[in-house]
Amino acid sequence: MEFAELIKTPRVDNVVLHRPFYPAVEGTLCLTGHHLILSSRQDNTEELWLLHSNIDAIDKRFVGPLGTIIIKCKDFRIIQLDIPGMEECLNIASSIEALSTLDSITLMYPFFYRPMFEVIEDGWHSFLPEQEFELYSSATSDWRLSYVNKEFAVCPSYPPIVIVPKSIDDEALRKVATFRHGGRFPVLSYYHKKNEMVIMRSGQPLTGTNGRRCKEDEKLINATLRAGKRGYIIDTRSLNVAQQARAKGGGFEQEAHYPQWRRIHKSIERYHILQESLVKLVEACNDQTHNMDRWLSKLESSNWLTHIKEILTTACLVAQCIDREGASILIHGTEGTDSTLQVTSLAQIILDPRSRTIRGFEALIEREWLQAGHPFQQRCAQSAYCNSKQKWESPVFLLFLDCVWQILRQFPCSFEFNENFLIMLFEHAYASQFGTFLGNNESERCKLKLQQKTMSLWSWVNQPSELSKFTNPLFEANNLVIWPSVAPQSLQLWEGIFLRWNRSSKYLDEAYEEMVNIIEYNKELQAKVNLLRRQLAELETKDGMQENP
Amino acid sequence: MVEQVKLLDRFSTNNKSLTGTLYLTATHLLFIDSQQKETWILHHHIGSVEKLALTTSGCPLVIQCKNFRIVHFIVPRERDCHDIYNSLLQLSKQAKYEDLYAFSYNPKQNDSERLRGWELIDLAEEYKRMGVPNSNWQLSDANREYKICETYPRELYVPRIASKPIIVGSSKFRSKGRFPVLSYYHQNKEAAICRCSQPLSGFSARCLEDEHLLQAISKANPANRYMYVVDTRPKLNAIANRAAGKGYENEDNYSNIRFQFVGIENIHVMRSSLQKLLEVNGTKGLSVNDFYSGLESSGWLRHIKAVMDAAIFLAKAIMVENASVLVHCSDGWDRTSQVCSLGSLLLDSYYRTVKGFMVLIEKDWISFGHKFSERCGHLDGDPKEVSPVFTQFLECVWHLTEQFPQDFEFNEAFLLQIHEHIHSCQFGNFLGNCQKEREELKLKEKTYSLWPFLLDDQKKYLNPLYSSNSQQFAVLEPNTASFNFKFWRNMYHQFDRTLHPRESVCNIIMNMNEQNKQLEKDIQDLESKINKRKNEQIDGVLTNELLHPVHPESPIIKTSLSFKEQTLLPVNDTLRTIEGSSPADNRYSEYAEEFSKSEPAVVSLEYGVARMTC
Repeated sequence: MEFAELIKTPRVDNVVLHRPFYPAVEGTLCLTGHHLILSSRQDNTEELWLLHSNIDAIDKRFVGPLGTIIIKCKDFRIIQLDIPGMEECLNIASSIEALSTLDSITLMYPFFYRPMFEVIEDGWHSFLPEQEFELYSSATSDWRLSYVNKEFAVCPSYPPIVIVPKSIDDEALRKVATFRHGGRFPVLSYYHKKNEMVIMRSGQPLTGTNGRRCKEDEKLINATLRAGKRGYIIDTRSLNVAQQARAKGGGFEQEAHYPQWRRIHKSIERYHILQESLVKLVEACNDQTHNMDRWLSKLESSNWLTHIKEILTTACLVAQCIDREGASILIHGTEGTDSTLQVTSLAQIILDPRSRTIRGFEALIEREWLQAGHPFQQRCAQSAYCNSKQKWESPVFLLFLDCVWQILRQFPCSFEFNENFLIMLFEHAYASQFGTFLGNNESERCKLKLQQKTMSLWSWVNQPSELSKFTNPLFEANNLVIWPSVAPQSLQLWEGIFLRWNRSSKYLDEAYEEMVNIIEYNKELQAKVNLLRRQLAELETKDGMQENP
Repeated sequence: MVEQVKLLDRFSTNNKSLTGTLYLTATHLLFIDSQQKETWILHHHIGSVEKLALTTSGCPLVIQCKNFRIVHFIVPRERDCHDIYNSLLQLSKQAKYEDLYAFSYNPKQNDSERLRGWELIDLAEEYKRMGVPNSNWQLSDANREYKICETYPRELYVPRIASKPIIVGSSKFRSKGRFPVLSYYHQNKEAAICRCSQPLSGFSARCLEDEHLLQAISKANPANRYMYVVDTRPKLNAIANRAAGKGYENEDNYSNIRFQFVGIENIHVMRSSLQKLLEVNGTKGLSVNDFYSGLESSGWLRHIKAVMDAAIFLAKAIMVENASVLVHCSDGWDRTSQVCSLGSLLLDSYYRTVKGFMVLIEKDWISFGHKFSERCGHLDGDPKEVSPVFTQFLECVWHLTEQFPQDFEFNEAFLLQIHEHIHSCQFGNFLGNCQKEREELKLKEKTYSLWPFLLDDQKKYLNPLYSSNSQQFAVLEPNTASFNFKFWRNMYHQFDRTLHPRESVCNIIMNMNEQNKQLEKDIQDLESKINKRKNEQIDGVLTNELLHPVHPESPIIKTSLSFKEQTLLPVNDTLRTIEGSSPADNRYSEYAEEFSKSEPAVVSLEYGVARMTC
């Protein structure tokens, strides 16, 4: 297919662009295969380059011969284009609609993007599972890498390499895979070096209504327990939901078959409930005219912060079991690709100082989200403005980022990255020139040959010039477990995401700049004082020498 | 003293507690836990004491403080609990001013220090700063003996063309005699914010003098003859007041006025709003939905927004239309104080400094008779007079500091500290309900002023991000879309440590700013020491040379060469170690220690030099 077929009118003059906080700009609108470009040909005004894949929905309006297209983006921005001429306007609108909803992944921009920067480190190889495993294997020999899923045959949503208990062979893993939803047998998610406790994750056990059991499954998860120790199974569904799942062949671990494990049910919402929550929240944030009561009631009824609290609480519970109770954990919900990953990754943020560094956080996203098979393509296909209401669209990853932001707010010095890093990840998960978030799992990414055909997000982010934008100037390594408060009074609306296009952040940005200046100045002064001290000491020793020739 | 008392964690659901000993002193309640950590609670801060039903572990005693601290003790023996309860009831509610803490508080200052403290804020000076008196405004002596209005200060500024009979006439037409006077004069715009109480207009009464006075105010503004009259009450309340012979200005009777209601609720609504808010956020195991629906139904943020919107109305009238504004509510000491002071703060950057903010409070709140003692319940009085009007003002300022992080010289801790002291009764500033009463209480002789103590401690209250180069008349234009208003956790949960961020950016930057100042000084010191030493070396060498003129090699060259050789290498070395070291190693505190260690070396070397030159 040629993009040209979709572009009926590639160019319109005298288009007026309205954006939040910018004066209106008049210029020429151009459509390319992947971008909507508005250029004013004036030196001092910024051009607009918008990825079609960032467009969530568009509205058209006509007043006489003047057409208006309102473009609603996946990053929640809303812009408006006034286009003279009804025909041009209709053409542009239909082209944008077609180009922003391309069916085939291989037509997406990452397959066409040619980087303008020199790749120092290929991000596709930055976080190899073998390397990640080495971090553990130096501390413990109870675990091994298994290549049982090399061909993606045992579990289509798992990566080719997973970490499993050493005592369990691949044959057993194949059997366990038949007992777990989507073949997602329990694998290692995190190893807590301090007390050797672990977090594992899996899909739900397929017990069904007749209470099926699987000896190998029991053996596998028991293999992670020390003698006489008990572990916890955190089911991210309520007991009720878990029970209902049995009718569809799913279920949960029966106490009788897993006597060494205590099961705790938490209820983290998923799918359309989260999507609706996001739609409501963004709608509330976009309406500046709400009076106070209406705003608070909209914020409340969106339930967004309730979801945040629920997820954070569960993650804290897991961290507490590991660090305080000294118990190992198995986490799953239904598929083990959504709420499970929110919890395992947030627990690591709380427990593991490494995951609070930039590299460590990237590794976490790679391990716990990309490799672990969170279906990004499905979940992030649409955002808050789309009316399609597909079951699989859900802001699971955004909720995770929001939770990280909440912890970052409470521990502003314990993270190497800043809020912009999280915002950047949100943007790229929904629309990007990089291939990292394409596909739903490693198997699909392999088939798409993303490594060969697209650029990794990490290749770009990890350049020193980019990293400086995402580095938290306040960072001071904190090796402790950090316990966030989950009280409603401590949770806040993530303004950097949800109010980003609704109010000017000028003063806040300037204050941030000033803070950076103070910190930089401090470093300079420290260095200078040290240098001078050295000089003085030199002079003193020399004098001493002169004194006693 | 009672031993084995348990202090419960307010939000813990599993009744986590500390065990310790409870002491009652003349002024404070003191709890010392087994770790020797002390919790001091001033009796005046106690808002209410409640004895709950006896439990197996003892008798629960819940103390709610006016600074929003809530402590929950369990006293083992019911009798002890009862005794404490009764004592606290007595100690926390005083019948007369002279029994308040301020009259016994002794910070070890002599009389002249105390007096200087009281003179720190001089309102005459402040009006001069604003630019009055001038050709349009003058100081009136009408109230010099509190004859016209007991709740106003002695010194009032009025339009020059308003004669005394007009003032007297107008004051008779205004509730409590609070006639229109100047609150803030905008020098650039020549426009004024004036304040008064409601007119006694009833359904049809009018007063020519009052009409003249308003006209005089509008004439005092050469740029715009129109003036706004802002009634800060909801329209319904104002209408209801007409039945009682009060009410609001009839536009037809006054020339050149534009009348406007801004709808801020009265003190009773505010009191119960705060009550509801505290009930909600005191709930154990509170859910997000209950928190937000509680926040909504309390109406608290709605009220805050209303005050803010009214202040913005004032600022706009002056900035955009060059128009003077007259503000009133019913008596003109609650909502009027809120709106006038906040409006001035938006207009004039001076009020956003530490000193300026003190001046603002002295002017619009203390001198104009905001009834601090009644609103804060300093004495055992009518609970219906208590209302968080001033707290709301502080909260509005906090919201502004959130939106304009670089425009305020002070930080949040300053606002919290002021809030602490409007209730503490430790200083005289907020005692009494008006200036006349304060004079009668002889506060300036018998108590201390809070402000010098805050100024002495200024370091703690400075905003490290403040950019002081902003213009005097740089007006703040806050965004008041509802989503900008947040629950002020640090005020209402000030003492609930577990709810706060564990690392404070403000404190870190504040310390760093302090450290930077110290480092700058150190650099100067070091540089001068180095220079001195270099000179001494040269001197020393020269002297040597003079003493031994026939030295085979020139020591100057030798010295300077060896100096270079010596410095270059080790300096590089140290740079490397600095880069490699952890941030903690670069901490100033440790570094300062090392520095002082090198001090004796300098002395001995100087001695050495001295010896060489002999």
